[in-house]
Amino acid sequence: MIRYIIRRLLISIPILLIGSFACYVLVATAGNPLAEMRFRPGVTEADLKAAEAALGLDKPVFIRYWDWLGNFLSGDWGQSIALGQAKTAVFPAVTDALWTTGRLVIGAELLALTLGVSVGVLAAVRQYSIFDYLATSTAFLMFSMPIFCVAVIVKNYGIQFNNVLESMGLDRWLTTAGPRPGGFTGSFGEVIFKYTGTFLLPTVALMLISFAAYSRFERASMLEILHSDFVRTARAKGISQSRVIFRHAFRNALIPVSTLFSLNFGAVLSGAIITETVFGWAGMGTLLVNSVRQFDPPMLMGWLAVTATLIVLFNLIADVVYGILDPRIRLG
Amino acid sequence: MASEGGVVNSAPQSDSHEFDATKTRTQGQLVMRRFLRHRLAMVSLGVFVFLILFAFIGPFIWTFDYEDVSSKSYQPMSGTHPLGTTQVGKDMLALLMRGTGYSLQIALIVAALATAIGVTFGALAGYLRGFVDTALMRLVDLLLIIPQIAVAAIVVKGFSGSWYVVALVLAAFAWMSIARITRGETLALAQREFIEAARACGASTPRIIFKHLVPNMIGSITVNATLAIAAAVLTEAALSFLGLGVQPPDTSLGVIVLENYGQFMNRPWLFWGPFIVLVSLSLAVNFIGDGLRDAFDPRQTKVRA
Repeated sequence: MIRYIIRRLLISIPILLIGSFACYVLVATAGNPLAEMRFRPGVTEADLKAAEAALGLDKPVFIRYWDWLGNFLSGDWGQSIALGQAKTAVFPAVTDALWTTGRLVIGAELLALTLGVSVGVLAAVRQYSIFDYLATSTAFLMFSMPIFCVAVIVKNYGIQFNNVLESMGLDRWLTTAGPRPGGFTGSFGEVIFKYTGTFLLPTVALMLISFAAYSRFERASMLEILHSDFVRTARAKGISQSRVIFRHAFRNALIPVSTLFSLNFGAVLSGAIITETVFGWAGMGTLLVNSVRQFDPPMLMGWLAVTATLIVLFNLIADVVYGILDPRIRLG
Repeated sequence: MASEGGVVNSAPQSDSHEFDATKTRTQGQLVMRRFLRHRLAMVSLGVFVFLILFAFIGPFIWTFDYEDVSSKSYQPMSGTHPLGTTQVGKDMLALLMRGTGYSLQIALIVAALATAIGVTFGALAGYLRGFVDTALMRLVDLLLIIPQIAVAAIVVKGFSGSWYVVALVLAAFAWMSIARITRGETLALAQREFIEAARACGASTPRIIFKHLVPNMIGSITVNATLAIAAAVLTEAALSFLGLGVQPPDTSLGVIVLENYGQFMNRPWLFWGPFIVLVSLSLAVNFIGDGLRDAFDPRQTKVRA
């Protein structure tokens, strides 16, 4: 197992290197961060040249990539070079955004997984029942829904709940601007109140989106297992229905879903980006959109490198988990 | 034929007569019959055709042009403006027609390109194996680790927000799943005798792939191409919604939602109009895909659904 993990990590190094180089070339050819400077009054050709040299833009792209890579690996991720902005460092900006997004995503995904798996199992056990039809069609509908529309609907109807609370003489509970930097203050009860109020709506939106995929997948894999020979044998031996379902079928049906959970990372990320944008959170999504709008290559490269590494890691986790859960699969 | 038993019972009398008579039917005709009897798929096909007509014929019939800003800002729903007008006074119905057209155009091109690239690469990898296989699959691995949303955003920002640039970027990231499926099927098919026979007759690799392998995989290719359309509709809308896809003054369903979702509470029709078009488009295409899957592989329905 350890040998497998080490080998997989070694294989992913060249992939990450080529991937980051491709991203670097793409970012370098997509635009000139100094383009806007040209149009500023009082900027001479010499100023432009000096700015270019200061940023290293006069060097060939290979050398720039090599410099970037060396700095990146030694922990110096560079500084934002967007014009008219404070020169923020890339590393804290990206990690802060990742932390914001991570807190939202982890909770929402765990909830979605729990709910999706339960609904999927129930739908499979009671196949062709009303519950099954309801669950299947809801999942199909959510699957075909544009993510941003779900988020917009949840946000607008959810925020109405505040008015209900106010009419009952309570404080406004739900907020949409994201967690405040520096955390929440006040007594323990107040912190819980603010925390849930901040997280509830985006979590629900993100959960609704992921839930559909999990329940569909779990239902399909549970049905497949329920029709398999060893389940029939277990039933023939006279084992009770609940024991067959939970001990024999459910455990095996969880295997493919657990890998979907980690493989889905890319999709979850784009879902989170959209949810964040709708709810006004300052996470990875906002960071990406702003860096693209202002065209900020160091920030974009930091963003891309972090997400690509995370995706590689999650794929590895998926494979390792699969190997642990299913002893028939020998990793090696 | 035994698998048809269940279907015949529910079919009209004249049909089952026709069925009893021994009449040769090609594979294609059988698939067509099964698809035409799939009620949900037929309804969805109707919706899909309606949306195509709405998008491409509609603008010729409708009185307002999508660029026409002569109307008053934020008119409510009325006879002249069935879906009201936007902030700048554009007629929502005309905008929707234009937006649906663009979304459809992009989605169809993405699906066509992704299928063409995916099938070619997948079949090449599965048929030639060895080095080609390894190289192509590494390319897939590489593309899977780069978030599509970021690359699309950078390309659209750097080059242009024209609809065909958006379509090209989406296609560049949509072919991988089709390539994987095609590769898997090719690996199995390439071991069969008819491929060996074709090779013994001296058929070239392109001929074997496109004349012998692809026709045998047409079922899964069609189904996945259909599902790729649905995925492309949603991805394009999401990108445009973030402001990173189709750029104004051009419009697409995502751009329309982006420009109007702030009016959700005060003028709900400005949100629900594009929303309903978007959802019915993606639902219809998904249902057509499901119907096609059942039509190509009736056994799957018996086990799963």
